[in-house]
Amino acid sequence: MDTETMAAETRAKRPIRWHVGVFLAPAVLVYTAFMILPLFGTLQLSLFRNIEQSQVFVGLGNFRTLFGDPNWSVNFWNALRNNVWFFIIHMLVQNPIGILLAALLSSPRLRFTAFYRTAIFVPTILSFVIVGFAWKLILSPIWGVAPHLMDFVGLKSFFTPWLGKEQYALTALSLVSVWQFVGIPMMLIYAALLSIPDEVIEAAECDGVTGMAQFWKIKLPLILPSIGIISILTFVGNFNAFDLIYTAQGALAGPNYSTDILGTFLYRAFFGFQLQVGDPNMGAAIATIMFLIILAGVCVYLFLVQTRLRRYQF
Amino acid sequence: MSTATRSLPRTIGAHAILVTYTVIALFPVILVVMNSFKSRAGIFGAPLTPPTANTFDLIGYTTVFGQGDFFHYFQNSLVVTVASLFFVLLFGAMAAFALSEYRFRGNTLMGLYLALGIMIPIRLGTVAILQLMVASGLVNTLTALILVYTAQGLPLAIFILSEFMKQVSNDLKNAGRIDGLSEYTIFFRLVLPLVRPAMATVAVFTMIPIWNDLWFPLILAPSEETKTVTLGAQLFLGQFVTNWNAILAALSLAILPVLILYVIFSRQLIRGITSGAVK
Amino acid sequence: MKTKLLTALLLGTSILGTTGMALAEDVTLNIESWRGDDLTIWKDKLIPAFEAKNPGIKVVFAPSAPTEYDAALGAKLAAGSAGDLITCRPFDKSLELFKKGNLADISSLPGMDNFSPVAKAAWQTDDGKSSFCVPMASVIHGFIYNKDAFDKLGLKVPTTNEEFYAVLDKIKADGTYIPMAMGTKDLWEAATMGYQNIGPNYWKGEEGRAALIKGEQKLTDPQWVEPYKELAKWKPYLGDGFEAQTYPDSQNLFTLGRAAIYPAGSWEIGLFNTQAQFKMGAFPPPVQKAGDTCYISDHTDIGMGLNAASKHPEEAKKFLSWVASPDFATIYANALPGFFSLNSTPVKMEDPLAQEFVSWRGKCKSTIRSTYQILSRGTPNLENETWVESANVINGTDTPEAAAKKLQDGLDSWYKPAK
Repeated sequence: MDTETMAAETRAKRPIRWHVGVFLAPAVLVYTAFMILPLFGTLQLSLFRNIEQSQVFVGLGNFRTLFGDPNWSVNFWNALRNNVWFFIIHMLVQNPIGILLAALLSSPRLRFTAFYRTAIFVPTILSFVIVGFAWKLILSPIWGVAPHLMDFVGLKSFFTPWLGKEQYALTALSLVSVWQFVGIPMMLIYAALLSIPDEVIEAAECDGVTGMAQFWKIKLPLILPSIGIISILTFVGNFNAFDLIYTAQGALAGPNYSTDILGTFLYRAFFGFQLQVGDPNMGAAIATIMFLIILAGVCVYLFLVQTRLRRYQF
Repeated sequence: MSTATRSLPRTIGAHAILVTYTVIALFPVILVVMNSFKSRAGIFGAPLTPPTANTFDLIGYTTVFGQGDFFHYFQNSLVVTVASLFFVLLFGAMAAFALSEYRFRGNTLMGLYLALGIMIPIRLGTVAILQLMVASGLVNTLTALILVYTAQGLPLAIFILSEFMKQVSNDLKNAGRIDGLSEYTIFFRLVLPLVRPAMATVAVFTMIPIWNDLWFPLILAPSEETKTVTLGAQLFLGQFVTNWNAILAALSLAILPVLILYVIFSRQLIRGITSGAVK
Repeated sequence: MKTKLLTALLLGTSILGTTGMALAEDVTLNIESWRGDDLTIWKDKLIPAFEAKNPGIKVVFAPSAPTEYDAALGAKLAAGSAGDLITCRPFDKSLELFKKGNLADISSLPGMDNFSPVAKAAWQTDDGKSSFCVPMASVIHGFIYNKDAFDKLGLKVPTTNEEFYAVLDKIKADGTYIPMAMGTKDLWEAATMGYQNIGPNYWKGEEGRAALIKGEQKLTDPQWVEPYKELAKWKPYLGDGFEAQTYPDSQNLFTLGRAAIYPAGSWEIGLFNTQAQFKMGAFPPPVQKAGDTCYISDHTDIGMGLNAASKHPEEAKKFLSWVASPDFATIYANALPGFFSLNSTPVKMEDPLAQEFVSWRGKCKSTIRSTYQILSRGTPNLENETWVESANVINGTDTPEAAAKKLQDGLDSWYKPAK
């Protein structure tokens, strides 16, 4: 592979390091054949337009339509705005809760941790079909689980059909998504906390740093790289999100597009919906923009955040 | 949080938070499973009460089992998930090791290239993937699903694993090299055991979307012989929208196997995490 | 490349064939459909009836969920792995497939003359020269009501708007029942069961629909805004939290006997018959003033076409001819009460509720949904926008006038009526 030859060139004094190629080859091959080639086959469609059943090259024409034609741009900015809000809620709710739970679980001598850990991770393993359906039932004004429970604690008057109200639906669904995925940051941070060597903790205790102070001053800096990972994973996941909104609100992401995020917007454009005929070219244009947004995020992470975080080797 | 100075109120506080969250996490699942054992009137009349002698009813389950071979679907899901998981972990760890261990020109670029896949939903490549499968005669085989899921799982696996592999001590590896171990031995014998916690985590993350995927089974392998359990459940939902007995039963049946798998797996996972951490 | 692809395809289909438990010389035809609900009817009634007459042809009905049907079918057609027979959505969605060359021209198929031009119109090119799907059924809109509830409250079936609201007021005042079971969560319920249900009485069915396509009428004209004004009046009669009420919720509310009136499509009949524990009746959308001509939405909804890439076009055509026959129509219409055959030969139906619906064809003028033909070809999509705006109007987040203006502006941005 060319990585090898490149490596060979730079390190001419060393023998060709075949093993680098061997380590990389299987992953690169499968990944290139079944993911990258099909995906780029699709993305290049964004430069074409279907005119009279044949693909005509239009350069950046589709992007001009996407940003210039209010029929597309209004929906696009709406979806992007909603997506940002979706992401903010995850960062503010999901990740802090995940870290808190991981910190609690990793405290030594706490009993039943295996049970808690298993239980809290359960929502993460459920399919969107189940999550969407179960929460629709719970929040349904007719089935009455949520109103019932709120009545129990005297908050009945605060109940509204959240999923049907423009101002609440997106936040409600973001929280459902947080509920489902909080297990991921929890597990990653938990693994990071467990891998902090005992010597570090003991040294801290000798210096009298314990409890909360110990968490903030010693552990948190040590798990910062992991927090970096969960942040970028949340970012990527949120901007690719689709299934939950789709199963709970449908492809039109109602009411009045208030829960429309980039994923659902893309789905409608690419595959079509009801009478709307799918437009792979415009769909590909949206996908390209999504790709660029996420790529920008990942680059910020890789080149700015990651290089500044000190990595500790134990 | 020292073990010696740990106070009782703090322990109680920790338990209180964890119990609360556990309840929140499990409530919807319990609600679905509980109601699946009730009659239609029972479900609508008193959704929050467990089945009583009056409301207990297995009608939902009878409907589900009369409709499709859920056991067979479950087998298909299992084969696909386990095989894809194996390849993702093996190939992913190898690639992550190459990226984190060796300095070569294009390392960062290769890392970025391998991370591209987490930035575009693979669903978009559907038509090209399907054409590929049709051309190779793999439509309606589990192999098609395994190939796609392996490709789909690799980017995230490499991304997470290389991060963890960078934390593996250089001294250890160099000691191995001085002892004359080959790079392969260093990888399989020294490094892999040390990143077990990360491997276990990646395994869980990879497993979930594969098990729960609806799209590729629908496109690549919709035949009765290759149907996965999620696809089976979804078709079933479409068919019985208003029959909540049947729906709740189907959902429970889709939840339980994963739950059992996960509980078994989570033991391994925790063992992996702790054995990797305690040195 | 092409031949390689073909051999691979053959290989693929042969694997399929052997797993289908068919004899080696049997030809197996696969039907693509979104009608998962009808699986048992196809398996137990329709397919055996066909196979008995046509030895050597096996048919497999392979439905996918309605929400994924179009996307999945599109991908399979593009890659060449779709079934031989394609269940057709009406109008542009299928027209698009025909233009792409995915659906074969079946204008000369034996049996196509069993259908009237109106029935065939949903699956023809704009010039009416080529047909590409056999019409299977249409659905009729109206209101289904709980007869027991009406008897108990001493209510009469309303025929005019005034009577309609009087009935709703009485049910509301009594308090036992939710007057009307409809939600806006799924959007399409508001548009299809609401706007398209009552609308034809205002825009005078085909007359208004044709005028809209010609550009002689606008969605902002009174006859198109008026139905929205009526929908806005429905809000107080819907159940608590109707904004989050889904379509299955509405069905359950009605069949559990909690709601008195259900704005319906005739396709509900089969399900309601099995689930409701009370007597049901139906009435057409009430007219504005007594004596007005009534119009109903009698919408051509489902057809079946031939995959142009099918390996067994002759056998598939045989099947389609059978679908076009009165035999098929009789089995289908009786197995699925509420899906009314489009066949010119009258079909005798047993179900009283289905008979009630179909009897309106005699006294009212039929039309199809206003947004389906031609007007939903561009972006923004008129049908999708109608879903969103109908829900907005009922929720009270848009006034009828504002909703109509948004729809017309969207339409104007791409649609130029032929002069």
